[in-house]
Order: sequence, then C-alpha cells, then structure tokens
Amino acid sequence: MTSIINSFKEAFLLLVRFDPEVYRIIWLTLEITAVATAIGAVIGIPIGVALAEYRFRGRHFILTIVHSLMGMPAVVVGALGFMVLARSGPLGALKLIYDPAAMVVVQVVLAVPLIAGFTHASMAGVDPRLGLQAMSLGATRLQSIRTKMREARAGIMAALIAGFGGVISKVGAVMIVGGNIKGQTRVLTTDIVQQMRQGNFELAVAEGMVLMLIVVVITVVFTRIVERSGRA
Amino acid sequence: MNKVIEASGLSKSYDGNLVLDIQELSVERGETLAVLGPSGAGKSVLLRVLSLLEPATSGKLLFLGDEVQDLKGRERVEVSRRMVMLFQDPYLFRGTVLQNVCYGLKVRRLKEGETKGRAAAALRTVGLEEFEERSVRTLSGGEAQRVALARALVIEPEAMFLDEPFASLDRLNRSGLQVEVRRILEDSGITAIFVTHDQEEAARVGDRIAVLEVGRVTQAGTPEEVFYRPATESAARFVGMENIYSGTVTGAREGLTRVEVQGVILELVSDRSVGEAVTVGLRPEDVTLVPERELDSRSSSRNALVGEVVGIELMGPTVRVTVNCPFPVVSLITRRSMDELYVTVGENVGLRFKATALHII
Repeated sequence: MTSIINSFKEAFLLLVRFDPEVYRIIWLTLEITAVATAIGAVIGIPIGVALAEYRFRGRHFILTIVHSLMGMPAVVVGALGFMVLARSGPLGALKLIYDPAAMVVVQVVLAVPLIAGFTHASMAGVDPRLGLQAMSLGATRLQSIRTKMREARAGIMAALIAGFGGVISKVGAVMIVGGNIKGQTRVLTTDIVQQMRQGNFELAVAEGMVLMLIVVVITVVFTRIVERSGRA
Repeated sequence: MNKVIEASGLSKSYDGNLVLDIQELSVERGETLAVLGPSGAGKSVLLRVLSLLEPATSGKLLFLGDEVQDLKGRERVEVSRRMVMLFQDPYLFRGTVLQNVCYGLKVRRLKEGETKGRAAAALRTVGLEEFEERSVRTLSGGEAQRVALARALVIEPEAMFLDEPFASLDRLNRSGLQVEVRRILEDSGITAIFVTHDQEEAARVGDRIAVLEVGRVTQAGTPEEVFYRPATESAARFVGMENIYSGTVTGAREGLTRVEVQGVILELVSDRSVGEAVTVGLRPEDVTLVPERELDSRSSSRNALVGEVVGIELMGPTVRVTVNCPFPVVSLITRRSMDELYVTVGENVGLRFKATALHII
C-alpha cells in the first residue's frame, strides 16, 4: 500500500518537476502515437469503408485477415519489423532502425487493422436502405458513401479511439525496432520496462500512472466528441 | 410528350428467379398511378427499377420519351436526379429538419442561399414551417414522413415514387397524410407512382390503379374498373370481391344472362354463350340483407336468395355476415342494420343483389 501511495506521489512529482528527460519521453510518446494513429486512420478508414460498401473478389478473405490482425501480438510485429528495417534487411538502406520513424512504422502496422476492423463494423451497422435513400435523392455512389460515413461517425470515432489505444499501450514492437535509446527512442512504455528491470518499481508505476492519465484525458476528449456526434 | 414513364417487356430477376415481368405499364404526365398488390408481389422491386435505383434484367424503360434502362454512371445519375423516391421508413439523416430537407439540393451543389429558401417553402407545403431547427430524433412518425415528403418535393422532381409511405403510420395520421399527399400531388402536377397493399389507400390517392400479382400487372384501370370488374380471380379476392363462384351459363332472358351456381339461378348482365363455364364475382357491399318475409316484395334487385346465417364478424362500424344459401354469400352491413334486422346465427335471412353487381371474371 505504501508503495502505491509513493507511486502516486512520484507520478505527481514527475509532472510538476518539469524534468526535461521525463517530458522528452512524454512528448515522444505523444508524437509517435499521434502520427501513427493519423497514418493508421488515413489507411484504415478507407479500407474499412471499402470492405463495407463494395463487393469484390477476395473481400471475405481480406476481411478475415483484418479481423485476425486486430489481435496481432505487438512483439511479432516488432520482430518482423526488425527483420525488414535492420541494416541487413530489405529496407535497411532507409536507416530507420532504432529511429522514431521505425517506431511509427510498426505502430501503423498495429493501428491499421484495428481502425479498419472497427470502421467496417460501424459502416456495416448503418441501415443499407439509408444509402438507397441518399441515391434516390440524387446522391452519387460516393456522396451516398460519405452520407453513410456521417451516420456512422460515432463508430468511426470509436475506431480511432481503438487505434490510439492499441498504439499507445503496446510496448513490444517499439522496444524491438526503437531500442529504447535514452534521449532518442525512449517512450513511456519502454521506460517502464527499463525501470522495472532496474528495480525502480515506484518510478515504473508512477510512469504507468502518467501514461494512464494521458490515455484517460485523450479518451475522454474523443468520447465527448463521439457523444456529441451521437446526439446530433 | 404526355407519357412520363413507359415500361415494356421490363423484367427483373435475382439469381435466376424472375420477380418482375411487366409487359406494359405507362404513367401519364400529372397522373398518380397506384400499384396495388399483396406482399411479395414485387411492388418495391418495380419502384426501384423504374426509379433507376436498380437495373432491369431486360426490357425497355422510357422516361419522357428517352430510353434509360441501360444508362450507367454519370448519365444514370443525371436522369435519376429528375426523380425521387419516398420509402415506407423515412430514413432521415442525422441532424435537423432543415439539413434533411436541403440534402437533395446540396448533393446537386446548389448555393446555400437558394437551398434554404426552397427548403423553407417545401416545409410550408407540408405544414412544418416551424420545424426547421428541430432535431429529426424528436419527430413523431407522421412528422418524419412529412419531412421526407418535403425533402422529396424540394428538388422539384418530374416523377415521384412512393413505396407504401403511409404503412408505418397509425390510422388517423395515415388518412390525414393520404389526403394531403393527394392534394400536394394534384397542386404540383407531379407524376407519381405509389405502391400499396391497401385498397382504400389506392382508391383514395390514385387516379388509376394497376394490380400487381406475382410480378405481373394483371389489370390497370380506374378504381371503379379494378374494384368492380377485376380481371382475375386472385385480383378479385385481393380487392375484396369475396363472393366468387363457378357456374354455367344456362340462358338469356330480357337482356339478362342466367348462370346456374350450385342449383341456384343468378341473373347478371353479360354476353356469354349458353353452356359456357364462368366464374362470377360479387362484392359484399352489394349484398343487401332483408327479413325473409319481405323477400318477395318488389325491388329492382334481380337476384333474391334465402339462407341461414352461419357467421357474424364485427369489424368496427361494419359487420360481415355469412349466409349459406346453399353456397356461402358474404354481406357487409352496418352494425345499426344488424340490430334493426335482428340478424343472429342460425336464423334465416333474405339476400338481394342487382344483376349489375355481379361480374364475370
């Protein structure tokens, strides 16, 4: 119990001390998460929409792949990412390994199936006759799809929350391709692992609380937006 | 150009199953055609094909004289934007009433100033001028359907398709909206096709009625023609001609044809030949009940039968009485008449109906 209370105190102090190292870690965490979620949305939302709106050969197979990848272990993505991005790998010439860019790449690979899968589910949940109604009022196919996306916007926002949550919480992938290098590729999750290994349990838990605080704040903001969309 | 829509040899199949087979169907400019048929007859499919929301499998479809059945892409959109469909469920989009009514104008990229003006006028037409900023979630069923109607009217379509738009409403709202839609269509001169399974609705809203059975139009004509001279036995049953009998023409007398039905001679107006097997129909509303003792008194009704009351069914303000004489004859009378005549099960009663009320199907 004392440890937990001390962890709370430590978490508070971490934030109010404005330690540059701590804030560098927090900023990198937010930066990588935001970029990965944004890229994941740009790729994942159209995939989800296409799977819901179009019938084509291989659609069922792709949908199965998307659903399977939603539960993909982060360490597997990290290991595969390392093999591809390492100096000896096919994309080694890009020199991304142990760089924040490599962390973004693997986080995008984790985010896309989550965002695509939930977007597909939201779009599939919209009454298909709504699209017919839109077209009967003169909408083109694309306009009708945009209309359905507006109807499903609460679900699509939830897809983004899921993507964000998946990206910020997973440690395995970013640890492997980022290397957890101090001042360069260290983020909250990798630093927590580092502190646990060094026996700094209270600090590790404190950083975990900071991470939770970030997740809660961003999730609350997203949820408010979702609720407002649902009420409109 | 008087005909707005013309279909010939138009068919639609799903996975090899033929669900629509329209040999000929047309709608004149400004006319409201009611397509009447039971569930599963293909009414909704017909509307979707005519409004270009679904392609026909084969056949020809003309819109204002131009062939449109094979149009695709942008060309199809340009033509279909001159039509609009109203569904049974209004399918209002999230947002306000005004946003919904403006939808059709927005997808046509009209300027905001013009869209708001036209939307306001459309809402006035349907009696919802105060509802612009209301969220659609707060609307009742009747209000939602009026918003859908305003949303359709605002784009000034040349043809409107209505797919049982009143079916989800309660009786009071339904009859009120039927009258209003009829008035709006007449005032605006919009050509309309609406489908329904309700005969009263078809008669109330339609200028002409087409009967659709198993994907085929079996009859098209005025409400008088369809309800009193149905072309097929199934159509006759569907439009409420409950009394249908098989008989044989036995002769003619004083301009009337005599048909024998289970030993009873009925007199009707027709030109059929002696010995011909016929099917005769009679609407329950045309059967008058009289006390048995008054059956022989003078009347203009050529047919007079006596029989035993075997069934009485209360249907709101009317009563459905079944009399065996010896074949069952159904009569529709008012509750007051039932009380005045002391109609009870097991009692004998007289039936009268005119020669002109009988129809050979």
